[in-house]
Amino acid sequence: MTLDSKIPDAPLQDMWRDHKFNMKLVNPNNKRKFEIIIVGTGLAGASAAATLGELGYRVKVFTFHDSPRRAHSIAAQGGINAAKDYHGEGDSVWRLFYDTVKGGDYRSREANVYRLAEVSNNIIDQCVAQGVPFAREYGGFLDNRSFGGAQVRRTFYARGQTGQQLLLGAYQALARQVAAGTVELITQSEMLELVVVDGKASGIVVRDLVTGEITSHSAHAVVLGTGGYANAFYLSTNAMASNVTAAWRAHRKGAYFANPCFTQIHPTAIPSSDEFQSKLTLMSESLRNDGRIWVPNDPDETRAAADIPEADRDYFLERKYPAFGNLVPRDVASRNAKEVVDAGKGVGPLKNGVYLDFADAISRVGKQAVDDKYDNLFEMYERITGEDPFTSPMRIYPAPHYTMGGLWVDYHLQTTIPGLFAIGEANFSDHGANRLGASALMQGLADGYFVLPYTIGDYLAPMLGQSKVDTSASEFAMAEQAVREQTDKFLKTNGTRSVDWYHRELGKIMWDHCGMARNRAGLEKALSEIPALREEFHTNVRVPGSGSSLNSSLEKAGRVADFFELSELMCRDALMREESCGGHFREESQTEEGEALRDDDNFAFVGAWQWQGLGTDPALHKEQLTFDNVALSQRSYK
Amino acid sequence: MNLTLRVWRQAGPDAPGRFETYQATDVSEDASFLEMLDHVNESLIESGEEPIEFAHDCREGICGTCGLMINGQAHGPERATATCQLHMRKFADGDEIVIEPWRAAGFPIIKDLVVDRSAFDRIVEAGGYISVDTGSAPDGNLIPVPKEVADTSMDAAACIACGACVAACPNGAAQLFTSAKMQHLSVLPQGQPERYERAVAMVDTMEEFFGSCTNMGECEAACPKGISIDFIAMMNKDYRKGLMKTRRSA
Repeated sequence: MTLDSKIPDAPLQDMWRDHKFNMKLVNPNNKRKFEIIIVGTGLAGASAAATLGELGYRVKVFTFHDSPRRAHSIAAQGGINAAKDYHGEGDSVWRLFYDTVKGGDYRSREANVYRLAEVSNNIIDQCVAQGVPFAREYGGFLDNRSFGGAQVRRTFYARGQTGQQLLLGAYQALARQVAAGTVELITQSEMLELVVVDGKASGIVVRDLVTGEITSHSAHAVVLGTGGYANAFYLSTNAMASNVTAAWRAHRKGAYFANPCFTQIHPTAIPSSDEFQSKLTLMSESLRNDGRIWVPNDPDETRAAADIPEADRDYFLERKYPAFGNLVPRDVASRNAKEVVDAGKGVGPLKNGVYLDFADAISRVGKQAVDDKYDNLFEMYERITGEDPFTSPMRIYPAPHYTMGGLWVDYHLQTTIPGLFAIGEANFSDHGANRLGASALMQGLADGYFVLPYTIGDYLAPMLGQSKVDTSASEFAMAEQAVREQTDKFLKTNGTRSVDWYHRELGKIMWDHCGMARNRAGLEKALSEIPALREEFHTNVRVPGSGSSLNSSLEKAGRVADFFELSELMCRDALMREESCGGHFREESQTEEGEALRDDDNFAFVGAWQWQGLGTDPALHKEQLTFDNVALSQRSYK
Repeated sequence: MNLTLRVWRQAGPDAPGRFETYQATDVSEDASFLEMLDHVNESLIESGEEPIEFAHDCREGICGTCGLMINGQAHGPERATATCQLHMRKFADGDEIVIEPWRAAGFPIIKDLVVDRSAFDRIVEAGGYISVDTGSAPDGNLIPVPKEVADTSMDAAACIACGACVAACPNGAAQLFTSAKMQHLSVLPQGQPERYERAVAMVDTMEEFFGSCTNMGECEAACPKGISIDFIAMMNKDYRKGLMKTRRSA
């Protein structure tokens, strides 16, 4: 099957507007004749469900959380980009588009990124109207700050809780539709199978996490807004339950998985303190506006940070990248932190971090102003580490945070399975090989509010008059059976080790060999270790309890099983891509100065993998990327 | 450090519950409270027992999923801190810790330490939103919001819907949650058109599930986000006004 990205044939600036006109419409009275299933209630899922409900479609939305508002979008701290240019700095849709393509190291699709930049302004307007309490200046107008990879202030924010406030906006819009009866909300239910009938996505099978009941649901189309897969690394900034299961099970049913090795290791998380740590906590990138990153010159430095004189400090980002300084993109900041820590200059008891120092900002604008600007972040740092960041610098280190890869989608956000759409972090389309700060929230809401609601109509319109597939179809019974069998098998294995133990071991392999720096030998090693560990997991895991009540071990077992299969694909993809780009750094491909070196002649493509069965190598399909509007060049932030 | 835990175990919504005693050994001071429970659960699984079910997710104090009564206090001894952000350095070696689920009629127990908080969603569905369809919004800067007003709104909007306010309240009342959700919108210019209908609808729905407020103030003390009971006063004013304004002639 050749990949058809369905990019309209039109100049970039007119493309989306023209395409909206060219797409088929479903008239308002006919919308109620279509049913749509949405899985996930983060920014993408909740905004899509609310908007489709407003339009009049009948929507069923599923979440494994106890409330839509728990989705992990809620934890995004820093902000959301838009090309408003409220400060007269020369920002524009074109500049946001340009920065995002460049920031993604030329591995994203120009058409999708341009559309993202174009609708960014609508998102801000929509969120303001919903009552999102964005930060304001004293005149009452919207405030902005700057973020990595940009030289303009275009990031809108709500203290250090922007994701929370945007998600609450979408959640409230969703709640309004639930009350109106257009959306049926089903909580604490996890999608465990996609059902494909006659080649089209026709429904899903879910397990009720409280009662264990397994049920089928059918619809005219299925939308996955199920987030990213950074928890493949076990330790990440993702929430404990964030997982790849819905996307992976769709992959196993025929949806191609694109660029799985494009993972983002965020530069500013709190370093881990011991072996039993369950997750890493992010400190917003916005802190790099005022914080200066440094390490001592001497690896054997023993003095407290404040006692180390300027001459004995290395502000390595400011030194190497004078133009962007501490605001270089995330991949660059992370790799440089790894470099100094690997050189033995790390700080903290385990020497596993670098300093993020606010002393200059505090002496410039005062402690109160800094505290106001970052609100809960300083307090959160102190609570976790027991150290006061106003008197000694924060210690930070990179951590897996976001995954640019995901289900392959075309310009309509449709996967390779007709009728199956993927939105938000679950798809791959907009961030290339590296995501810029404050653009994940932008993309999630762009997909959910302003893209999918149009493109899904083009799929549905020709189906007018057709009823959805009935759940009595044999495909549903088979999918339910597969879910039951997997559940029973986990409960019966009765091995010796917990699910978490296997997840931790998998995470170590992934971090060591498929983390911030990758090489052939390491990836090949991982590719031999992962299947062996996976085998052991399936024969020696212990899942206590029953399948007919709340059982978190059982839930985790299914998710970790999928992480095993995905991790193998991540390594395979990283091995295939013999170039460095964005967050994917192959040690074999670097400049003399140690920067990522792309190979545009051979790797300017999207790598989309097709599942061929467990134990059989997946097939690689390439979507060639063309850059007609942004000239391919080596990124420079110096 | 080593600790003795007395933990509420309950197999299901209708099953009888009881306290069980567990030893938590070799716990790091830097571990979070939930990591300490993870540690206990790993050893329970090793010995073939069912682990203790507790709700949790982000472990950054923002998703609002976690929440335990720790020694009788919602979210434990540290002020303005969710359970997941409570660290073991706040306890001493040898301590006995009593761990219970949220105790409130409005939050029925699902299993062990996990409760059903879906009533909160019902309150929001009753009117905790601004009715604006996607695509119909004017430019963001056409609605100036004074900084103090935006700050007050944000103070209320910081609510994470964990339910500690209800659990801490002797009456099992949900006024702090409801007022935070309401005043977040009702102090903003965008929230004015529906302000009074919203107040009446949300309060009336709240009353279907939860107890009544008698101004004890326990909720504010337990709130991990430090949300002020001033919002309750503001809600009560809006509600009274709303009852008059929304009165339709028969």
